[in-house]
Amino acid sequence: MNIIDTNAVSRGEGASDVLRLYGEAVGSRLLLGTAQYPSPDILGASVSHSGTEIVTVSLRREAAHGGGGERFFELIRSWGVRVLPNTAGCRTPKEAINTALMARELFETPWVKLEVLANDDTLQPDVFGLVEAARELVAQDFQVFPYTTEDLGVAERLMAAGCEVLMPWGAPIGTARGLANPYALKTMRNYFPGVPLVVDAGIGAPSHAMQAMELGFDAVLLNTAVAKAGDPVQMAAAFGAAVKAGRTAFLAGLMEPRDMAAPSTPVAGTPFFDLEAKR
Amino acid sequence: MQQKAGERRRNETVGQEACEREVIVNGETCSTAASTLADLIEELGYGERRIATAVNGQFVAGSMRAATAIAAGDSIEIVAPRQGG
Repeated sequence: MNIIDTNAVSRGEGASDVLRLYGEAVGSRLLLGTAQYPSPDILGASVSHSGTEIVTVSLRREAAHGGGGERFFELIRSWGVRVLPNTAGCRTPKEAINTALMARELFETPWVKLEVLANDDTLQPDVFGLVEAARELVAQDFQVFPYTTEDLGVAERLMAAGCEVLMPWGAPIGTARGLANPYALKTMRNYFPGVPLVVDAGIGAPSHAMQAMELGFDAVLLNTAVAKAGDPVQMAAAFGAAVKAGRTAFLAGLMEPRDMAAPSTPVAGTPFFDLEAKR
Repeated sequence: MQQKAGERRRNETVGQEACEREVIVNGETCSTAASTLADLIEELGYGERRIATAVNGQFVAGSMRAATAIAAGDSIEIVAPRQGG
């Protein structure tokens, strides 16, 4: 039995099914990262072809003789998209909080994709530090998008800390494994029907993104799957289409899976039906 | 980060309060005559570029840099927008 109560999962207002994140209407359910593209031009074309309205960014040390930061900022502005700065690489709540503060000043947004990492090999969230940092950032008027796991206890603590969006991983960052634990993700979706849930990390193929959307997740965030594709621009378009298709399928209501076959063609009127038995 | 020769000679003539101190900027040790974070930013040549700063792990807003003193051994982070996932 499908445990997802599709009617309970939040939908957009009226007939438009627009995603809302911290009250902001967002037309695309694909969020796209900006790292590791072959060139700024390919990055820009990928953003455009994906249809995304939100891109993730970071902040990094810059030498006095540099200047790439300013150029990158102007490039993002030219796309007309919203930015979601991350705290990538942070290992402690203090690092994440201060990175978020610097990001808010740099990018002029209260949005922050909060990452507090526990392990260099798995880049898995440090769920304890994540909750602590989220609580402090919410207190400082940030709108937090926590990169978390499928753990419902952690999710509840993040909600209690003031997060209004959750971003559970599909699989470890950059692994392209897709949804490693779809059963737990399904449970999470059912547990928080009114909360915007964004699958973030581990996506490798458009089918992965579509699977997340078919489960009823509100959006998908990915980066490497597009940036490291053979043709990032075409892949960005593919992901844009997959996310739309998955959402449409979810709203349409997927049929229930079953173990035994059930003919799709009506049995009644089958020619030669039962003739062998009567001879 | 190398101090310019001219600055070193100027510091030697103006006395103790302008003496150089060693600080860590973006993970690298350097000498500075700056006494505030704002002076350090200017001394390093960042100009009006879009940057953010932290001292000893704590964020320092742009508006507070002139009022933030720099002491020997301080660790300063100077960051700028960058691609990210």
